[in-house]
Amino acid sequence: MNEPISFFSGFGPKDLWFLAQAAWQTLLISALSISTGTLLGVFFGWILSESKIVGAITLGLILDAFRSIPLIIQLVLFYNLFNVLGLAISPFWAGVVILAVYTSALVANVARGGIEAVGAPMRRAGRSLGLSYVQTMQHVVWPIGLRAVFPSWVGVALGVLKDSALVSVLGHPELLKVARDLITRTQQPLLVLAVAGAFYFALSYPISRYAAHLERKWQS
Amino acid sequence: MNFEYTFHWRPVMRKLPDLLEASLVTLQISVLSMIIGITLGMVLALLRMNGPKPLAWIASVWVETARNTPALFQLFFFSFGLGAFGMHLTPYLIVLFGLTFNNAGYLAENFRGGFQAVPDTQLRAARSLGMSAWQSYTRIIIPQVFRIVYHPMTNQLVWAVLMSSLAMIVGFRELAGETQALAFKTFRIFEYFAVAALIYYAMVKFILGISRLIAWRMFRY
Repeated sequence: MNEPISFFSGFGPKDLWFLAQAAWQTLLISALSISTGTLLGVFFGWILSESKIVGAITLGLILDAFRSIPLIIQLVLFYNLFNVLGLAISPFWAGVVILAVYTSALVANVARGGIEAVGAPMRRAGRSLGLSYVQTMQHVVWPIGLRAVFPSWVGVALGVLKDSALVSVLGHPELLKVARDLITRTQQPLLVLAVAGAFYFALSYPISRYAAHLERKWQS
Repeated sequence: MNFEYTFHWRPVMRKLPDLLEASLVTLQISVLSMIIGITLGMVLALLRMNGPKPLAWIASVWVETARNTPALFQLFFFSFGLGAFGMHLTPYLIVLFGLTFNNAGYLAENFRGGFQAVPDTQLRAARSLGMSAWQSYTRIIIPQVFRIVYHPMTNQLVWAVLMSSLAMIVGFRELAGETQALAFKTFRIFEYFAVAALIYYAMVKFILGISRLIAWRMFRY
């Protein structure tokens, strides 16, 4: 008689490697979407701070919608929209694009806050010293505004890192999706969840600590 | 480009009452998780600041886990994780516990900031007027803290509403879960999720409007 075939097998070293690869996917998605989202967001924030009324009515309303709709709904909605439009796009890139737009909506608010934190008198002083608009932006507004809103930006970035877990609804094998699949196979939910949680913690905690350290350093 | 899709909104409109009913479930579970979260968050903040060592450590682990792992991970913990101990919660409780765990962690940090912003002299003044520790906290300190954290708290409520949509993944039928169930039955995925997005947007605006009204009424002096 043969041994009965088991569908389940224990958690092995190979699975740790699976999870590490999935963590790399999470990091990749987050890094791509945070970087492009930040560039876009700073640009949007600049538009919002420069054209108060027109910007607030058009761009402001659109960005506000991205902040008021759950990310998971946005992911399913836009992924299906891409399909409806006949654009063949992989879950990975769909996730990156949607997360980047979502990030830009959050960063735009932060960037606008940073530009407004500098204040008109400071900028006028820069201009009257003979600096051009671009020079004022570059040498006055950027360094001061950055310090004012850097902690908020880190908060947004960490939020997006964690929100990238939602790309799993599109079926991309990022950390939480792989963890869920491993739980189904190994039937060892606590162990798998602990390892997955440790990966997230290891990505997120050092950044938040470093940001808190920078904030303290800049304040003194 | 081959555009061969025709939008069908009628099946969605026919199910609109179901969606609206489900959005009440969303509101209910987020508000409930906020109320429990505020209480727990306050306790966690106080424990973390001046509780006995082991309790302060537990509070720190709670807060850091809630803030440094995805909310979906926390939901998974309450579904699969507790399953390992033989505890199988209903989807409603999974979502409620997951949301509350997350809310409490974030609110605890807000409260900690709030408590630190109220000067020590306030507590000492209250005590020297003959108030007990309980009285001076509930009548002097906490009202001031609430005023400081009111805005972050409304933000957290909005986050709770948005986060409750994760219930879709653990199979609870609030707005997102109901939308998914109906969408995959009819394959009108885009249409259903577009309507759900509108409802979420309306809910968030409604909450922000109400909270602004309350703030205007409460903090007018």
